[in-house]
Amino acid sequence: MSDHPMRGRTAISGLGETKYYKRAMAPDGEFKMCLEAILLACEDAGIDPRDIDGFCSYSNERSSPDRIAAALDIKEMRLSNMFWGGGGGGGSGALANAVSAIISGQCEVVVVYRALAQGQFGRFGQGAVVNEVNNDGKWTAPFGLMSPAQSFAMRVRRFMHENGVQQEALRAISMASYHHAQQNPRAVMHGRELTEEIYDQSRWIVEPFHLFDCCMENDGAAAIIVTSVERARDLKPTPAVVLAAAQGSTARNQAPAHNADIYATSNFQHVGKRLYEIAGLTPNDVDVSQVYENFTGGVMMSIVEHGLCSADEVNDIFTLENFKSTGKLPINTSGGNLAECYMHGLELIIEAARQIRGQSPNQVSDAEVALVASGPMVTPVSSCILGVDR
Amino acid sequence: MTTGELSQWHASEPDNYLPPGLAAPRPWQDGLDTPYWDAIERNSLVVQYCDSCDAHQWGPEWICHRCHKFDLEYVEIEPKGKIYSWERVWHPVHPALQASCPYMVVLVELPGADNVRMVGNLLGDPLRPITIGEEVEAVFEHHKDVDPPYTLVQWKRVGD
Repeated sequence: MSDHPMRGRTAISGLGETKYYKRAMAPDGEFKMCLEAILLACEDAGIDPRDIDGFCSYSNERSSPDRIAAALDIKEMRLSNMFWGGGGGGGSGALANAVSAIISGQCEVVVVYRALAQGQFGRFGQGAVVNEVNNDGKWTAPFGLMSPAQSFAMRVRRFMHENGVQQEALRAISMASYHHAQQNPRAVMHGRELTEEIYDQSRWIVEPFHLFDCCMENDGAAAIIVTSVERARDLKPTPAVVLAAAQGSTARNQAPAHNADIYATSNFQHVGKRLYEIAGLTPNDVDVSQVYENFTGGVMMSIVEHGLCSADEVNDIFTLENFKSTGKLPINTSGGNLAECYMHGLELIIEAARQIRGQSPNQVSDAEVALVASGPMVTPVSSCILGVDR
Repeated sequence: MTTGELSQWHASEPDNYLPPGLAAPRPWQDGLDTPYWDAIERNSLVVQYCDSCDAHQWGPEWICHRCHKFDLEYVEIEPKGKIYSWERVWHPVHPALQASCPYMVVLVELPGADNVRMVGNLLGDPLRPITIGEEVEAVFEHHKDVDPPYTLVQWKRVGD
Protein backbone atom coordinates (compact mmCIF):
# COMPACT_ATOMS: atom_id res chain seq x y z
CA MET A 1 0.00 0.00 0.00
CA SER A 2 1.32 3.41 -0.97
CA ASP A 3 1.39 6.20 1.58
CA HIS A 4 1.71 8.80 -1.15
CA PRO A 5 -0.21 11.96 -0.15
CA MET A 6 -2.23 11.89 -3.36
CA ARG A 7 -3.50 8.35 -3.03
CA GLY A 8 -7.15 7.83 -2.19
CA ARG A 9 -7.85 11.34 -0.92
CA THR A 10 -10.21 12.53 -3.65
CA ALA A 11 -12.88 11.09 -5.89
CA ILE A 12 -14.74 11.75 -9.09
CA SER A 13 -18.26 12.46 -7.85
CA GLY A 14 -20.09 13.64 -10.93
CA LEU A 15 -20.06 12.87 -14.66
CA GLY A 16 -21.51 15.07 -17.38
CA GLU A 17 -21.56 14.70 -21.15
CA THR A 18 -23.56 16.40 -23.86
CA LYS A 19 -24.81 14.36 -26.73
CA TYR A 20 -21.81 13.67 -28.93
CA TYR A 21 -21.94 14.76 -32.55
CA LYS A 22 -20.06 14.29 -35.75
CA ARG A 23 -18.01 17.35 -36.63
CA ALA A 24 -20.15 20.38 -37.48
CA MET A 25 -23.38 18.56 -36.54
CA ALA A 26 -23.92 20.08 -33.08
CA PRO A 27 -27.02 22.28 -32.93
CA ASP A 28 -25.49 24.29 -30.08
CA GLY A 29 -22.39 26.40 -29.80
CA GLU A 30 -19.30 25.17 -28.02
CA PHE A 31 -19.70 27.37 -24.92
CA LYS A 32 -23.35 26.44 -24.48
CA MET A 33 -22.38 22.76 -24.64
CA CYS A 34 -19.68 23.43 -22.05
CA LEU A 35 -22.28 24.84 -19.65
CA GLU A 36 -24.60 21.93 -20.34
CA ALA A 37 -21.90 19.35 -19.57
CA ILE A 38 -20.97 21.07 -16.31
CA LEU A 39 -24.61 21.26 -15.21
CA LEU A 40 -25.09 17.58 -16.04
CA ALA A 41 -22.04 16.66 -13.97
CA CYS A 42 -23.38 18.68 -11.02
CA GLU A 43 -26.80 17.09 -11.37
CA ASP A 44 -25.20 13.65 -11.44
CA ALA A 45 -23.22 14.44 -8.30
CA GLY A 46 -26.18 16.10 -6.63
CA ILE A 47 -24.43 19.36 -5.91
CA ASP A 48 -25.36 22.97 -6.57
CA PRO A 49 -23.32 24.27 -9.55
CA ARG A 50 -22.81 27.51 -7.60
CA ASP A 51 -20.65 25.51 -5.16
CA ILE A 52 -17.99 24.80 -7.79
CA ASP A 53 -14.91 26.68 -6.61
CA GLY A 54 -12.21 25.40 -8.96
CA PHE A 55 -11.81 25.00 -12.72
CA CYS A 56 -9.22 22.79 -14.41
CA SER A 57 -8.82 22.17 -18.11
CA TYR A 58 -6.19 21.56 -20.78
CA SER A 59 -5.27 22.00 -24.44
CA ASN A 60 -5.97 25.73 -24.48
CA GLU A 61 -9.64 25.24 -23.66
CA ARG A 62 -11.60 28.14 -25.12
CA SER A 63 -14.45 28.20 -22.58
CA SER A 64 -12.75 30.20 -19.87
CA PRO A 65 -13.55 29.98 -16.14
CA ASP A 66 -14.30 33.69 -15.91
CA ARG A 67 -17.12 33.35 -18.41
CA ILE A 68 -18.43 30.10 -16.97
CA ALA A 69 -18.34 31.50 -13.43
CA ALA A 70 -20.38 34.50 -14.47
CA ALA A 71 -22.87 32.42 -16.43
CA LEU A 72 -23.41 29.95 -13.56
CA ASP A 73 -23.27 32.51 -10.73
CA ILE A 74 -20.34 30.74 -9.07
CA LYS A 75 -20.29 32.06 -5.50
CA GLU A 76 -16.53 32.04 -4.96
CA MET A 77 -13.92 30.97 -7.49
CA ARG A 78 -10.72 29.83 -5.83
CA LEU A 79 -8.79 28.23 -8.68
CA SER A 80 -8.54 28.73 -12.43
CA ASN A 81 -6.01 26.31 -13.85
CA MET A 82 -4.80 25.34 -17.32
CA PHE A 83 -2.55 22.36 -18.07
CA TRP A 84 0.14 23.49 -20.48
CA GLY A 85 0.59 21.39 -23.58
CA GLY A 86 -1.32 20.43 -26.67
CA GLY A 87 -3.71 17.71 -27.64
CA GLY A 88 -5.24 15.33 -25.14
CA GLY A 89 -2.01 14.92 -23.19
CA GLY A 90 -3.42 16.94 -20.32
CA GLY A 91 -6.65 15.06 -19.59
CA SER A 92 -5.42 13.18 -16.55
CA GLY A 93 -3.10 16.09 -15.78
CA ALA A 94 -6.09 18.39 -15.35
CA LEU A 95 -7.52 15.80 -12.97
CA ALA A 96 -4.18 15.69 -11.13
CA ASN A 97 -4.27 19.46 -10.76
CA ALA A 98 -7.84 19.30 -9.43
CA VAL A 99 -6.81 16.61 -6.95
CA SER A 100 -3.83 18.70 -5.82
CA ALA A 101 -6.02 21.76 -5.31
CA ILE A 102 -8.40 19.80 -3.08
CA ILE A 103 -5.71 18.03 -1.05
CA SER A 104 -3.85 21.31 -0.49
CA GLY A 105 -7.03 22.91 0.79
CA GLN A 106 -7.39 25.44 -2.02
CA CYS A 107 -10.71 24.09 -3.26
CA GLU A 108 -13.57 21.83 -2.30
CA VAL A 109 -15.45 21.24 -5.55
CA VAL A 110 -13.43 21.30 -8.76
CA VAL A 111 -14.79 20.81 -12.25
CA VAL A 112 -12.50 19.31 -14.88
CA TYR A 113 -13.99 20.06 -18.26
CA ARG A 114 -13.40 20.17 -22.00
CA ALA A 115 -15.64 21.59 -24.71
CA LEU A 116 -14.67 21.00 -28.28
CA ALA A 117 -16.58 21.80 -31.43
CA GLN A 118 -14.20 21.18 -34.30
CA GLY A 119 -17.01 22.04 -36.67
CA GLN A 120 -17.05 25.57 -35.23
CA PHE A 121 -13.40 26.33 -34.55
CA GLY A 122 -11.23 24.53 -37.07
CA ARG A 123 -10.01 21.00 -37.43
CA PHE A 124 -7.01 19.39 -35.80
CA GLY A 125 -6.42 17.17 -38.80
CA GLN A 126 -5.60 19.96 -41.23
CA GLY A 127 -2.31 21.72 -41.82
CA ALA A 128 -2.07 25.49 -41.40
CA VAL A 129 -2.28 27.46 -44.63
CA VAL A 130 0.35 30.15 -44.13
CA ASN A 131 2.97 31.72 -46.35
CA GLU A 132 5.87 31.41 -43.95
CA VAL A 133 6.86 29.43 -40.88
CA ASN A 134 9.58 30.61 -38.50
CA ASN A 135 8.90 28.41 -35.47
CA ASP A 136 9.94 24.76 -35.08
CA GLY A 137 7.33 23.87 -37.70
CA LYS A 138 9.92 25.01 -40.23
CA TRP A 139 11.77 21.69 -39.79
CA THR A 140 8.74 19.67 -40.91
CA ALA A 141 5.97 21.66 -42.64
CA PRO A 142 7.91 22.48 -45.84
CA PHE A 143 8.24 18.71 -46.36
CA GLY A 144 4.50 18.13 -46.09
CA LEU A 145 4.69 16.90 -42.49
CA MET A 146 2.23 19.04 -40.55
CA SER A 147 -0.78 17.15 -39.15
CA PRO A 148 -0.83 15.15 -35.90
CA ALA A 149 -1.16 11.90 -37.88
CA GLN A 150 1.92 12.79 -39.89
CA SER A 151 3.87 13.84 -36.81
CA PHE A 152 3.15 10.65 -34.92
CA ALA A 153 3.35 8.11 -37.77
CA MET A 154 7.11 8.55 -37.79
CA ARG A 155 7.45 7.55 -34.12
CA VAL A 156 5.05 4.65 -34.52
CA ARG A 157 6.84 3.30 -37.60
CA ARG A 158 10.11 3.34 -35.67
CA PHE A 159 8.54 1.49 -32.72
CA MET A 160 7.09 -1.11 -35.07
CA HIS A 161 10.51 -1.52 -36.69
CA GLU A 162 12.38 -1.88 -33.39
CA ASN A 163 9.90 -4.42 -32.03
CA GLY A 164 8.75 -6.24 -35.15
CA VAL A 165 5.12 -5.17 -34.72
CA GLN A 166 2.68 -6.17 -37.45
CA GLN A 167 -0.17 -4.04 -38.81
CA GLU A 168 -2.69 -6.49 -37.34
CA ALA A 169 -1.80 -5.25 -33.86
CA LEU A 170 -2.97 -1.76 -34.76
CA ARG A 171 -6.07 -3.18 -36.40
CA ALA A 172 -7.05 -4.96 -33.20
CA ILE A 173 -6.99 -1.67 -31.27
CA SER A 174 -9.31 -0.05 -33.76
CA MET A 175 -11.65 -3.02 -33.81
CA ALA A 176 -11.88 -3.04 -30.02
CA SER A 177 -13.08 0.56 -29.95
CA TYR A 178 -15.65 -0.09 -32.66
CA HIS A 179 -16.76 -3.32 -31.02
CA HIS A 180 -17.45 -1.59 -27.71
CA ALA A 181 -19.18 1.35 -29.40
CA GLN A 182 -21.88 -1.02 -30.67
CA GLN A 183 -23.11 -1.45 -27.08
CA ASN A 184 -22.90 2.29 -26.36
CA PRO A 185 -25.83 4.38 -27.62
CA ARG A 186 -23.88 7.59 -26.92
CA ALA A 187 -21.17 6.56 -29.37
CA VAL A 188 -21.02 8.45 -32.64
CA MET A 189 -20.11 5.15 -34.35
CA HIS A 190 -22.93 3.19 -32.68
CA GLY A 191 -24.43 1.08 -35.44
CA ARG A 192 -21.28 1.22 -37.57
CA GLU A 193 -19.52 -2.11 -37.27
CA LEU A 194 -15.89 -2.50 -38.25
CA THR A 195 -14.61 -5.77 -39.69
CA GLU A 196 -11.08 -6.85 -40.53
CA GLU A 197 -11.98 -6.54 -44.21
CA ILE A 198 -13.30 -2.98 -43.86
CA TYR A 199 -10.16 -2.00 -41.96
CA ASP A 200 -7.78 -3.64 -44.42
CA GLN A 201 -9.51 -2.06 -47.41
CA SER A 202 -9.81 1.40 -45.89
CA ARG A 203 -7.60 4.06 -47.37
CA TRP A 204 -4.25 5.00 -45.95
CA ILE A 205 -4.07 8.39 -44.26
CA VAL A 206 -0.37 8.13 -43.70
CA GLU A 207 1.36 4.78 -43.38
CA PRO A 208 1.16 2.97 -40.97
CA PHE A 209 -2.26 4.56 -40.26
CA HIS A 210 -5.35 3.54 -42.14
CA LEU A 211 -8.46 5.71 -41.84
CA PHE A 212 -9.65 3.60 -38.89
CA ASP A 213 -6.38 4.08 -37.00
CA CYS A 214 -7.18 7.78 -36.67
CA CYS A 215 -9.48 9.46 -34.14
CA MET A 216 -12.65 11.19 -35.21
CA GLU A 217 -13.27 14.94 -35.26
CA ASN A 218 -16.35 15.74 -33.17
CA ASP A 219 -18.47 18.35 -31.44
CA GLY A 220 -19.49 18.10 -27.79
CA ALA A 221 -18.50 18.77 -24.21
CA ALA A 222 -17.72 16.76 -21.08
CA ALA A 223 -17.15 17.53 -17.40
CA ILE A 224 -16.34 15.75 -14.16
CA ILE A 225 -16.77 16.93 -10.58
CA VAL A 226 -13.89 16.20 -8.21
CA THR A 227 -14.27 16.41 -4.42
CA SER A 228 -12.60 15.02 -1.33
CA VAL A 229 -13.34 11.36 -0.84
CA GLU A 230 -15.18 12.24 2.39
CA ARG A 231 -17.52 14.57 0.58
CA ALA A 232 -17.95 12.06 -2.24
CA ARG A 233 -19.27 9.52 0.25
CA ASP A 234 -22.10 11.89 1.15
CA LEU A 235 -23.11 12.32 -2.48
CA LYS A 236 -25.44 10.20 -4.53
CA PRO A 237 -23.15 8.33 -6.96
CA THR A 238 -20.62 5.63 -6.12
CA PRO A 239 -17.28 7.45 -5.69
CA ALA A 240 -14.56 6.71 -8.23
CA VAL A 241 -11.57 7.23 -5.99
CA VAL A 242 -8.48 8.79 -7.51
CA LEU A 243 -5.70 6.36 -6.56
CA ALA A 244 -3.10 8.21 -8.63
CA ALA A 245 -2.67 10.84 -11.30
CA ALA A 246 0.68 11.71 -12.82
CA GLN A 247 1.99 14.01 -15.52
CA GLY A 248 5.29 14.76 -17.17
CA SER A 249 7.76 13.73 -19.83
CA THR A 250 10.94 11.83 -20.50
CA ALA A 251 14.04 13.89 -21.28
CA ARG A 252 13.91 16.13 -24.36
CA ASN A 253 10.86 14.41 -25.78
CA GLN A 254 10.05 17.36 -28.04
CA ALA A 255 13.61 18.20 -29.09
CA PRO A 256 13.16 19.99 -32.43
CA ALA A 257 13.07 18.20 -35.76
CA HIS A 258 12.26 14.81 -34.22
CA ASN A 259 15.46 14.64 -32.14
CA ALA A 260 14.03 13.18 -28.92
CA ASP A 261 16.65 11.14 -27.10
CA ILE A 262 14.19 8.26 -26.87
CA TYR A 263 12.23 8.52 -30.10
CA ALA A 264 9.97 5.46 -30.39
CA THR A 265 7.89 6.22 -27.32
CA SER A 266 4.45 7.35 -26.19
CA ASN A 267 6.36 9.45 -23.61
CA PHE A 268 4.93 7.43 -20.70
CA GLN A 269 8.17 5.73 -19.64
CA HIS A 270 8.56 7.88 -16.54
CA VAL A 271 4.92 8.88 -15.97
CA GLY A 272 3.69 5.29 -16.09
CA LYS A 273 6.22 4.16 -13.50
CA ARG A 274 5.43 7.06 -11.18
CA LEU A 275 1.70 6.45 -11.58
CA TYR A 276 1.96 2.96 -10.09
CA GLU A 277 4.25 4.19 -7.32
CA ILE A 278 1.67 6.77 -6.26
CA ALA A 279 -1.15 4.23 -6.39
CA GLY A 280 0.85 1.50 -4.69
CA LEU A 281 -0.25 -0.86 -7.44
CA THR A 282 1.30 -2.85 -10.25
CA PRO A 283 0.10 -3.35 -13.82
CA ASN A 284 -1.28 -6.73 -12.73
CA ASP A 285 -3.77 -4.93 -10.48
CA VAL A 286 -5.39 -3.06 -13.40
CA ASP A 287 -8.80 -4.49 -14.32
CA VAL A 288 -9.66 -2.23 -17.26
CA SER A 289 -7.84 0.47 -19.23
CA GLN A 290 -8.95 3.47 -21.24
CA VAL A 291 -6.07 4.30 -23.54
CA TYR A 292 -6.22 7.50 -25.57
CA GLU A 293 -6.43 6.85 -29.25
CA ASN A 294 -5.26 9.84 -31.21
CA PHE A 295 -3.87 7.06 -33.36
CA THR A 296 -3.74 3.33 -32.68
CA GLY A 297 0.04 3.36 -32.66
CA GLY A 298 -0.05 5.65 -29.64
CA VAL A 299 -2.33 3.20 -27.84
CA MET A 300 0.17 0.44 -28.54
CA MET A 301 3.09 2.31 -27.02
CA SER A 302 0.99 3.58 -24.07
CA ILE A 303 -0.06 0.03 -23.18
CA VAL A 304 3.56 -1.10 -23.28
CA GLU A 305 4.85 1.86 -21.28
CA HIS A 306 2.19 1.33 -18.62
CA GLY A 307 3.52 -2.19 -18.23
CA LEU A 308 0.30 -3.90 -19.33
CA CYS A 309 2.20 -5.90 -21.94
CA SER A 310 5.83 -5.99 -23.09
CA ALA A 311 6.88 -4.74 -26.50
CA ASP A 312 7.75 -8.22 -27.73
CA GLU A 313 4.30 -9.52 -26.74
CA VAL A 314 2.37 -6.97 -28.80
CA ASN A 315 1.77 -9.18 -31.84
CA ASP A 316 0.43 -12.02 -29.69
CA ILE A 317 -1.59 -10.10 -27.12
CA PHE A 318 -3.12 -7.39 -29.31
CA THR A 319 -6.24 -9.21 -30.46
CA LEU A 320 -9.88 -8.18 -30.47
CA GLU A 321 -10.71 -11.01 -28.09
CA ASN A 322 -8.13 -9.88 -25.54
CA PHE A 323 -9.23 -6.25 -25.80
CA LYS A 324 -12.95 -6.93 -25.28
CA SER A 325 -14.52 -6.17 -21.90
CA THR A 326 -14.54 -9.93 -21.37
CA GLY A 327 -10.91 -10.38 -22.45
CA LYS A 328 -7.52 -10.49 -20.76
CA LEU A 329 -6.63 -6.86 -21.47
CA PRO A 330 -9.89 -4.90 -21.79
CA ILE A 331 -9.43 -1.44 -23.29
CA ASN A 332 -11.55 1.47 -24.44
CA THR A 333 -14.85 0.04 -23.29
CA SER A 334 -16.96 3.02 -24.41
CA GLY A 335 -15.49 3.19 -27.90
CA GLY A 336 -13.09 5.97 -27.01
CA ASN A 337 -11.77 8.60 -29.37
CA LEU A 338 -12.08 6.28 -32.35
CA ALA A 339 -15.74 5.35 -32.04
CA GLU A 340 -17.49 7.06 -29.10
CA CYS A 341 -16.35 10.66 -29.39
CA TYR A 342 -13.12 12.57 -29.65
CA MET A 343 -13.69 14.69 -26.56
CA HIS A 344 -9.94 15.01 -26.10
CA GLY A 345 -9.95 11.96 -23.87
CA LEU A 346 -12.09 13.38 -21.07
CA GLU A 347 -14.67 10.83 -22.18
CA LEU A 348 -12.09 8.16 -21.31
CA ILE A 349 -11.83 9.35 -17.70
CA ILE A 350 -15.63 9.37 -17.55
CA GLU A 351 -15.72 5.80 -18.84
CA ALA A 352 -13.13 4.72 -16.27
CA ALA A 353 -15.35 6.20 -13.54
CA ARG A 354 -18.33 4.41 -15.05
CA GLN A 355 -16.43 1.12 -14.82
CA ILE A 356 -15.78 1.77 -11.12
CA ARG A 357 -19.49 2.56 -10.66
CA GLY A 358 -20.44 -0.61 -12.50
CA GLN A 359 -22.31 1.39 -15.15
CA SER A 360 -20.30 0.88 -18.32
CA PRO A 361 -22.08 -0.23 -21.50
CA ASN A 362 -19.34 -2.87 -21.62
CA GLN A 363 -18.89 -3.53 -17.93
CA VAL A 364 -15.82 -5.49 -16.89
CA SER A 365 -16.96 -7.81 -14.12
CA ASP A 366 -15.70 -6.85 -10.67
CA ALA A 367 -13.73 -3.89 -12.01
CA GLU A 368 -11.98 -2.33 -9.02
CA VAL A 369 -9.01 -0.60 -10.66
CA ALA A 370 -9.37 1.41 -13.87
CA LEU A 371 -6.42 3.01 -15.66
CA VAL A 372 -6.60 5.98 -18.01
CA ALA A 373 -3.70 6.88 -20.28
CA SER A 374 -4.36 10.32 -21.70
CA GLY A 375 -3.00 11.60 -25.00
CA PRO A 376 0.34 9.95 -25.92
CA MET A 377 3.35 11.19 -27.90
CA VAL A 378 3.01 14.83 -26.81
CA THR A 379 4.79 16.73 -24.03
CA PRO A 380 3.75 16.56 -21.29
CA VAL A 381 1.56 13.46 -21.07
CA SER A 382 -0.53 12.28 -18.13
CA SER A 383 -2.37 9.26 -16.81
CA CYS A 384 -4.48 8.30 -13.83
CA ILE A 385 -5.83 5.32 -11.91
CA LEU A 386 -9.32 5.24 -10.42
CA GLY A 387 -10.54 2.67 -7.93
CA VAL A 388 -13.42 1.61 -5.74
CA ASP A 389 -13.79 3.19 -2.30
CA ARG A 390 -12.23 1.14 0.48
CA MET B 1 -3.04 12.90 -61.68
CA THR B 2 -3.54 9.22 -61.04
CA THR B 3 -1.28 7.50 -58.55
CA GLY B 4 0.70 5.99 -61.40
CA GLU B 5 1.15 9.31 -63.19
CA LEU B 6 2.08 10.95 -59.92
CA SER B 7 4.59 8.25 -59.22
CA GLN B 8 6.19 8.97 -62.59
CA TRP B 9 6.11 12.70 -61.88
CA HIS B 10 8.04 12.25 -58.66
CA ALA B 11 10.39 9.83 -60.40
CA SER B 12 11.08 12.34 -63.18
CA GLU B 13 12.89 14.48 -60.60
CA PRO B 14 11.16 17.83 -60.98
CA ASP B 15 12.99 20.86 -59.60
CA ASN B 16 11.06 20.60 -56.35
CA TYR B 17 9.70 17.39 -54.81
CA LEU B 18 6.49 19.03 -53.56
CA PRO B 19 4.51 21.66 -55.45
CA PRO B 20 4.55 25.37 -54.57
CA GLY B 21 2.19 26.71 -51.92
CA LEU B 22 3.58 25.19 -48.73
CA ALA B 23 4.88 27.48 -45.99
CA ALA B 24 8.36 28.82 -46.67
CA PRO B 25 10.82 28.23 -43.81
CA ARG B 26 12.26 31.43 -42.37
CA PRO B 27 15.02 31.93 -39.78
CA TRP B 28 14.12 32.64 -36.17
CA GLN B 29 13.87 36.38 -35.65
CA ASP B 30 16.64 36.18 -33.04
CA GLY B 31 19.08 34.80 -35.61
CA LEU B 32 19.54 31.39 -33.97
CA ASP B 33 19.48 29.35 -37.17
CA THR B 34 20.57 31.92 -39.78
CA PRO B 35 23.98 30.17 -40.30
CA TYR B 36 22.14 26.97 -41.27
CA TRP B 37 19.99 28.61 -43.93
CA ASP B 38 22.96 30.53 -45.30
CA ALA B 39 25.06 27.34 -45.49
CA ILE B 40 22.55 25.13 -47.23
CA GLU B 41 22.03 27.86 -49.83
CA ARG B 42 25.70 27.20 -50.67
CA ASN B 43 25.12 23.41 -50.74
CA SER B 44 26.90 22.94 -47.43
CA LEU B 45 25.22 20.95 -44.64
CA VAL B 46 25.89 22.28 -41.15
CA VAL B 47 24.61 21.53 -37.65
CA GLN B 48 25.48 22.92 -34.24
CA TYR B 49 28.59 21.67 -32.44
CA CYS B 50 29.70 22.06 -28.82
CA ASP B 51 33.50 22.07 -28.51
CA SER B 52 33.26 21.54 -24.74
CA CYS B 53 31.35 18.31 -25.20
CA ASP B 54 32.81 17.42 -28.61
CA ALA B 55 29.25 16.68 -29.68
CA HIS B 56 26.82 17.77 -32.38
CA GLN B 57 23.32 19.08 -31.67
CA TRP B 58 20.18 19.44 -33.78
CA GLY B 59 17.70 21.19 -34.11
CA PRO B 60 19.18 24.51 -33.32
CA GLU B 61 19.14 25.85 -29.78
CA TRP B 62 20.89 28.74 -28.05
CA ILE B 63 22.47 26.41 -25.54
CA CYS B 64 24.14 23.01 -25.48
CA HIS B 65 21.66 20.71 -23.79
CA ARG B 66 24.54 18.65 -22.38
CA CYS B 67 26.76 21.28 -20.69
CA HIS B 68 24.65 24.48 -20.97
CA LYS B 69 27.31 26.39 -22.88
CA PHE B 70 25.75 29.21 -24.91
CA ASP B 71 26.24 30.18 -28.55
CA LEU B 72 27.26 26.94 -30.23
CA GLU B 73 29.13 27.14 -33.52
CA TYR B 74 27.84 25.65 -36.74
CA VAL B 75 30.13 23.10 -38.38
CA GLU B 76 29.97 21.44 -41.77
CA ILE B 77 29.16 17.73 -41.72
CA GLU B 78 29.20 15.00 -44.31
CA PRO B 79 25.82 15.19 -46.08
CA LYS B 80 25.13 11.48 -45.70
CA GLY B 81 22.78 9.58 -43.46
CA LYS B 82 20.63 6.53 -42.90
CA ILE B 83 16.85 6.17 -42.91
CA TYR B 84 15.77 6.14 -39.25
CA SER B 85 12.02 6.15 -39.89
CA TRP B 86 9.66 6.97 -42.74
CA GLU B 87 6.08 7.62 -43.70
CA ARG B 88 4.19 7.54 -46.97
CA VAL B 89 1.54 10.28 -46.94
CA TRP B 90 -1.68 9.47 -48.80
CA HIS B 91 -4.16 11.98 -47.39
CA PRO B 92 -3.48 15.66 -48.18
CA VAL B 93 -3.97 18.01 -45.23
CA HIS B 94 -3.03 21.17 -47.14
CA PRO B 95 -4.58 22.61 -50.33
CA ALA B 96 -1.19 22.70 -52.07
CA LEU B 97 -0.88 18.93 -51.69
CA GLN B 98 -4.27 17.96 -53.09
CA ALA B 99 -2.74 16.43 -56.24
CA SER B 100 0.59 15.34 -54.77
CA CYS B 101 -0.19 12.26 -52.73
CA PRO B 102 1.38 9.89 -52.06
CA TYR B 103 4.70 11.40 -51.15
CA MET B 104 7.50 10.21 -48.88
CA VAL B 105 8.72 11.87 -45.71
CA VAL B 106 11.80 10.39 -44.06
CA LEU B 107 13.63 10.87 -40.80
CA VAL B 108 17.34 10.61 -41.48
CA GLU B 109 19.99 10.05 -38.84
CA LEU B 110 23.47 11.38 -39.49
CA PRO B 111 26.18 9.02 -38.23
CA GLY B 112 28.83 11.65 -38.95
CA ALA B 113 27.19 14.03 -36.49
CA ASP B 114 26.41 11.94 -33.42
CA ASN B 115 23.26 10.58 -35.07
CA VAL B 116 21.30 13.82 -34.96
CA ARG B 117 18.19 13.54 -37.14
CA MET B 118 16.68 15.59 -39.94
CA VAL B 119 13.25 15.43 -41.57
CA GLY B 120 13.07 15.63 -45.34
CA ASN B 121 11.47 14.11 -48.39
CA LEU B 122 12.92 11.02 -50.04
CA LEU B 123 13.29 11.88 -53.71
CA GLY B 124 12.20 9.46 -56.39
CA ASP B 125 9.24 7.14 -56.81
CA PRO B 126 7.19 7.33 -53.58
CA LEU B 127 5.85 3.82 -54.14
CA ARG B 128 9.28 2.22 -54.17
CA PRO B 129 9.70 -0.02 -51.11
CA ILE B 130 11.83 1.48 -48.36
CA THR B 131 13.91 -0.09 -45.63
CA ILE B 132 14.96 1.47 -42.34
CA GLY B 133 18.74 1.72 -42.36
CA GLU B 134 19.07 2.47 -46.08
CA GLU B 135 21.86 4.92 -46.85
CA VAL B 136 20.93 8.30 -48.27
CA GLU B 137 22.69 11.50 -49.24
CA ALA B 138 21.55 15.10 -49.09
CA VAL B 139 20.18 16.97 -52.09
CA PHE B 140 19.97 20.75 -51.81
CA GLU B 141 16.63 21.84 -53.26
CA HIS B 142 16.79 25.54 -54.07
CA HIS B 143 13.50 27.45 -54.16
CA LYS B 144 14.54 30.45 -56.20
CA ASP B 145 11.16 31.61 -57.44
CA VAL B 146 9.98 32.91 -54.09
CA ASP B 147 10.93 36.13 -52.35
CA PRO B 148 13.10 35.71 -50.40
CA PRO B 149 14.38 32.44 -51.87
CA TYR B 150 15.22 29.50 -49.62
CA THR B 151 16.76 26.03 -49.73
CA LEU B 152 15.50 22.69 -48.39
CA VAL B 153 17.68 19.69 -47.59
CA GLN B 154 16.17 16.65 -49.28
CA TRP B 155 17.46 13.08 -49.47
CA LYS B 156 18.04 10.46 -52.13
CA ARG B 157 19.24 6.89 -51.93
CA VAL B 158 22.99 6.47 -52.36
CA GLY B 159 23.54 5.29 -55.93
CA ASP B 160 20.29 6.74 -57.30
